[in-house]
Amino acid sequence: MKIGVCVKQVPAKDAPLTVADGGAWIREADIGFEMNEPDAYALEEALRLKEKHNGEVVAISMGPERAKQAIKEALAKGADRAIHIADAEFFKLDPLSSARSIAAAIKNENFDLILTGLQSDDQGFGQTGVLLAELLDRPHATIIMQIDVAEGRMKLKRELEAGWFQWVELPLPAVLSIQSGINKPRYATLKGIMAAKKKEIATVERASLGVPDAPTQRVERIYVPQKTKKTEFITGQPKEIAAKLVEKLRHEARVIS
Amino acid sequence: MKILVITEQRDGKWNKVSFETLAAAQQIVREAGGGLSAAVVGKQIDALAAELSGYQLDEVHFIQHDLLEKYTPDGYTIALRRLIEQTKPDLVLLPHTYQVRDFAPKLAASLQKGMIGDCIGHRYEGGKLTFVRQMFQGRTNADVVFLGDAPWVASFQAGAYRADLAAKRTSGNAPVSPFAVDLQPSQIRTKPLELFREAKQAVDLTQAPILVSVGRGIKAPENIALAEKLAKAIGGELCASRPICDEGWLPMDRQIGSSGQTVAPKLYLALGISGAIQHVVGMKGSRTIAAINKDQNAPIFEVADFGVVGDLFEIVPALIEELEKPH
Repeated sequence: MKIGVCVKQVPAKDAPLTVADGGAWIREADIGFEMNEPDAYALEEALRLKEKHNGEVVAISMGPERAKQAIKEALAKGADRAIHIADAEFFKLDPLSSARSIAAAIKNENFDLILTGLQSDDQGFGQTGVLLAELLDRPHATIIMQIDVAEGRMKLKRELEAGWFQWVELPLPAVLSIQSGINKPRYATLKGIMAAKKKEIATVERASLGVPDAPTQRVERIYVPQKTKKTEFITGQPKEIAAKLVEKLRHEARVIS
Repeated sequence: MKILVITEQRDGKWNKVSFETLAAAQQIVREAGGGLSAAVVGKQIDALAAELSGYQLDEVHFIQHDLLEKYTPDGYTIALRRLIEQTKPDLVLLPHTYQVRDFAPKLAASLQKGMIGDCIGHRYEGGKLTFVRQMFQGRTNADVVFLGDAPWVASFQAGAYRADLAAKRTSGNAPVSPFAVDLQPSQIRTKPLELFREAKQAVDLTQAPILVSVGRGIKAPENIALAEKLAKAIGGELCASRPICDEGWLPMDRQIGSSGQTVAPKLYLALGISGAIQHVVGMKGSRTIAAINKDQNAPIFEVADFGVVGDLFEIVPALIEELEKPH
């Protein structure tokens, strides 16, 4: 099985975010980046499918030079090789242009299966997998919690809302968006980190892919939302805070006895 | 502006977020002028179409086909693309459900268009329609506008608009127009099988008056016991945000949020929960929300009545002690 897995690098969870000049993106200097957590589940699922069915796992990442860090992590965990679609300003892309770029970069790979995480923790569009399926003319399914492959078909467990699930069947080749929590992602081993140094990272400039510059939408500005609720902050030493909070919950809000 | 709302139903039952989106569409029409139609898709949906025609809109598109009885991304995309091509709306609005996430980007791309998904609101100012959506897990909002020609496709998050504000007609009904689609089994690559629920839920969190909820800030599985002790002291049930259940530190049936349970207790006490949108939609209806988090900019404080910026490992033991004092 030849599996492509899309991994994105996003600001680290605890990174302090400030809006950059121009207002349409965050200030990237001085913050840490990490592999998008939902994509780590997709990568793990790709590695497990390879362990079960043999084949190859190719990590695909679009982003500036720093995205190579996420690629190296994927290689250290066990991906066989990687494709880096380089674009210093890729954060400006709308979901369709992003997906068109990835589709153009991988169309000759003829993957049996392409996996993505459910959404990115930065922009959170949650569209890449579905769009890749449409652009590459593949069937797809999203929010996947289990994958069973047999005889060129997959039986998949899809999560629906409110505790419901559904089984669906799909032929291969296909595209799947993986739900977080489907597995327990592995850590990279020292051996894996050493082995990754010899693995191939093919870099392709996004500008060379011939994807038309035809954005369908534009982020005009990002901003910290205005509070709609007045929060009463309680300060002091832990004991004082505890006494004040219990007092307020008991006698002001009257929600505990 | 000509707006088409695509409603969602399963087995003849509405997904009620559809009416929130209908209310949003009615509001945009009031502000920007234009017309409004709504589509209902499936099989044996006559009653739903009739109900929809009682709302303030110009037309109900009734798309019935054996191959649309069960949802598939291929079937829905083919049917709705034809409807959009023929009726030529400027704006197509959908409720941002799991099903919509599954096909709406594909539908838009099949028309060579983009989609602005998961919006929490809109603004119409000086002839310009701006959509507001969240980024960075709710830590920022973003104003987003469409570029290029119509049709534009957008979806609204559950809870963004009020379904009870969807206006009904004062008299008569809107016309229900059957829309015929030619669909072949060979065009549908997904085979939908049965729906099911996992083991019966042990706890009904929706009935608990007090909930103590843990997030990533709890750091390690062995620390869950501390939250449990607090839950006991305050007389509440323990629940969690998704990452905690993904890690297996608490069972999935204790999960609050868009993929777990939606709750509205008297008191929701959030420990080390950042307040990502997926979590907040499941608990923002709580009467009183108290949050303890080390990051003063955590979005959980946007919805909290009482906030404590600090180390939960110092504050929770003090809280337990305070609650256990005789009073």
